[in-house]
Amino acid sequence: MIQHPAILALTIASLITGGMLCYASWFGTRILERWNLNSGSEEQLELERRTYLISVILTYSLLFQILSLFLYIFTADNLHDQFTGAMCAAGSLAVNSYGYPVLMLKILNCLLAGVWLIINHVDTKGYDYPLIRQKYRLLGILSPLILLEGIFQFVYFFNLKADIITSCCGTLFSSSKRSIAGEMAALPIEPMQWLFFGSMALTALFGTYFLLAKKGGVLFSIISTTTFIIATISLVAFISLYIYELPTHHCPFCILQREYNYIGYILYALLLTGGTSSIGVGVLSPFSHNKSLVRSLPGIQRRLTIIAMSSYLFFVILTVWYMLSTSFRID
Amino acid sequence: MIKLAEVTKTFNSGRDNQFTAVNDISLTIRKGELTILKGPSGSGKTTLMALIGCMARPTSGRILLHDISSSFFTPTADEPTLDITSLPERFLTEIRRRSFGFIFQQFNLIKGISALENITLPAYPTGEHHTVFQKRGRELMEFLSISRHADSPVDWLSGGELQRVAIARALINSPAIIIADEPTAHLDSALSHDFMDSIARLKAEGKTILIASHDPLVYDSTVADCVLTMRDGSIIEETARP
Amino acid sequence: MPQNLNRYRHILDFALASLLRRRARNFSLFALYTLILFLLASLIFFVQAIKREASLTLVNAPELVVQRMIAGRHDLIPLEYAKKISEIRGVTSVVPRLWGYYYDPVFGANYTLLVPDSDQPQPGSIIIGAGVARNQRIKQGDLLTLQTASKTALLLTVQGIYPTDSEILSSDLMVMATDDFRTMFNFPLDKATDLAVTVANQREQATVAAKIAETFPDTRPILRGEMLRTYQNLFDWRGGMLVVMFGVALLAFVIFAWDKASGLSADERQEIGILKSIGWETSDVLLLKFWEGMVISLTAFLCGVLLAYCHVFFFSALLFQQALKGWSVLYPSFTLVPTVDLYQLTILFFLTVLPYTAATIIPSWLAATVPPDTAMRS
Repeated sequence: MIQHPAILALTIASLITGGMLCYASWFGTRILERWNLNSGSEEQLELERRTYLISVILTYSLLFQILSLFLYIFTADNLHDQFTGAMCAAGSLAVNSYGYPVLMLKILNCLLAGVWLIINHVDTKGYDYPLIRQKYRLLGILSPLILLEGIFQFVYFFNLKADIITSCCGTLFSSSKRSIAGEMAALPIEPMQWLFFGSMALTALFGTYFLLAKKGGVLFSIISTTTFIIATISLVAFISLYIYELPTHHCPFCILQREYNYIGYILYALLLTGGTSSIGVGVLSPFSHNKSLVRSLPGIQRRLTIIAMSSYLFFVILTVWYMLSTSFRID
Repeated sequence: MIKLAEVTKTFNSGRDNQFTAVNDISLTIRKGELTILKGPSGSGKTTLMALIGCMARPTSGRILLHDISSSFFTPTADEPTLDITSLPERFLTEIRRRSFGFIFQQFNLIKGISALENITLPAYPTGEHHTVFQKRGRELMEFLSISRHADSPVDWLSGGELQRVAIARALINSPAIIIADEPTAHLDSALSHDFMDSIARLKAEGKTILIASHDPLVYDSTVADCVLTMRDGSIIEETARP
Repeated sequence: MPQNLNRYRHILDFALASLLRRRARNFSLFALYTLILFLLASLIFFVQAIKREASLTLVNAPELVVQRMIAGRHDLIPLEYAKKISEIRGVTSVVPRLWGYYYDPVFGANYTLLVPDSDQPQPGSIIIGAGVARNQRIKQGDLLTLQTASKTALLLTVQGIYPTDSEILSSDLMVMATDDFRTMFNFPLDKATDLAVTVANQREQATVAAKIAETFPDTRPILRGEMLRTYQNLFDWRGGMLVVMFGVALLAFVIFAWDKASGLSADERQEIGILKSIGWETSDVLLLKFWEGMVISLTAFLCGVLLAYCHVFFFSALLFQQALKGWSVLYPSFTLVPTVDLYQLTILFFLTVLPYTAATIIPSWLAATVPPDTAMRS
């Protein structure tokens, strides 16, 4: 294991987040069992007070989760020179088989926590806690995922061993050399470009339709979420090539570095915002006829749609700007 | 108009110290009237006022509000009243903030801050711009003749001035209903008369007022429209003045 | 939107006023918070700066050094190995290096004696590092005596002293001519201390190293990259040890913060009861508590980081120097170059503000859920 304050920081963060969510889930199960809004009993009042605590916990958890996602990538990047052959975070994460799963789980948990907060926000707008059951069931899915992520993260860091000289008599070259795949397998470029721009156009189309006709929320959500996935893959497949101006550099993490003006943060923030809002629109659709939500839900869905579409729009603008402003061309 | 139907409030139910503060009360507070709750301490007046004033939830029974405005409910022909019995706290608080103003026995002003700040505190979470509610606060201080103390810390004010700050605070969000709990308990006769005069003025403006008091100066006042006598959590007598 | 902004703003105003009203009570928390931040930040900045210095010192080190080993110990390498190694494909040059350690019993210090590749000093002259000059209290033009391996005295004139800027590299250095060096140690003519090998293509380094190890099994090739990594790891490890020790202090702080936040004084509880009764909702009071925590955290963070910056970069981290520098008599005196980046600040944030915030969640919630009718009852 490599001793590094960042690893300690990440471990502390996942312990805290995991702990808080377990606590929240435990209350969630109690709420699911005993909830009775029409009762004025003290138990019910206590449960209602607890829901505030759980909202606060989840809000902080999402914040910590997003920060820890970036700290994790940063740390992996920072450690890359400890491993022969690793050029950046991509290399460090590939050192053992837990590196990438942790990253995937972190992203998934950010999305789920974001969706939970959207549902929570809508729930507070209804005067009879209309979405309480759905909320706590989702919490029941999110908590084990966060625990899993914490465990995997710990195992990943625990199994990291730097390629260093460990004794004054030792040497590294009697043993066989190990190399780490620095090249990411990437999908063919031209079809991805079509897919990318096509899905963005479809998202815009269905989004506008939903805003105007007030129908087709679920359809928009499905298309928009698929666009999120396509956009992420496209980032690796061809967008990064224009940013790096190299035909073989597909790394998704180097764009977070200073030499590329930290553009990676903006791009990933736009993607995450777009993805979360898109999922939110779809998840809320089944409840648009709830009596207590009839007033507020459509407005919230519209706002989420606009957020999703604007995020994607900025993403496309940045992509096109990079594609046009460099003299680098893919043939 | 506020209607209570068979409302009961029990504390610590199921335990040794179970205590029923309000026992199966049904009553109607009519709009524009001054209602007095009379009774010894421990009779449940405070709990009843907390229930009427959207501060607490009844253990059983229903509370209905008529003609009360809120952002999430518009009265219609089919549904003219709002049942607040099971409303979540944030909605209850919203109604309370908009429609109710409270004057407490101990005034309950926050020490260390100025009179104007105390008066405008209830408006902080409403999202209004501070120039708007500060203007209203100063107007209220004008109305109650305490303008010169606007920026003095409340620690420096006398009993009568504190009472008027408390009244101003209750009025900052222009509520339709005022609730006062033993307002004259710490005041001498002269200040008590002043207080009842202020109440008369507010009633003349169309506000509904509910006062809990065991001070004869209050419950024998000619301004009162209805006097409810309470004992042991129930209403034992209702006197309406024609 | 403007509604929400107004709400945040007003509640923030109240939070600030309320913190100032309770200055004395909040001060101990603030002081402790700042102290913890100061210690951790100093540590992180110092380790980072030293790592950077270490990597800079190695920039000019040879890419590949070949040493001869006998019985697991470093031995002198025959010059004929140099010839054979230069014939390996990919090797552009092989330079034999002459250097060694000299222990001076008078001053109790170890010096590194070195013959440079180029610009050797005149025979009879020596260029010394600033640390040596300080240690022996000599200056340019003075005479310096060294005891050779044959127990004779070698007198050398100090031709120059390395400037203090380069101290971290040159502090204990004595640079002399080949003949003087060989006289000092009775050094055999057909040997060198080790060989500095340059490889044309960086990617070939490992291959060449493997070839050398294969051809001369009694040698060990050392890559610069490995040295760099080893140093980085060493400082990380030392830093990590201290961080873990500070972890105990951190835990104590978090418990203290929890306790402070939970121990709602009677008048604080009453105040919140009043706020709830006049129309503040639980989420408004939660927002109030959030602002209070944020103001304390951010102010402590700023103060702690600034103090740490001064401590490390103006006072050379006086508090930690002993623990982190190692055991020696000769210390280079150098001022560390300020390097602070967002990464370190984020790590610091995670180690301090995060646990503090988490510890105050439940106490804040407990405070915020004071029932609105308590004000009526008191």
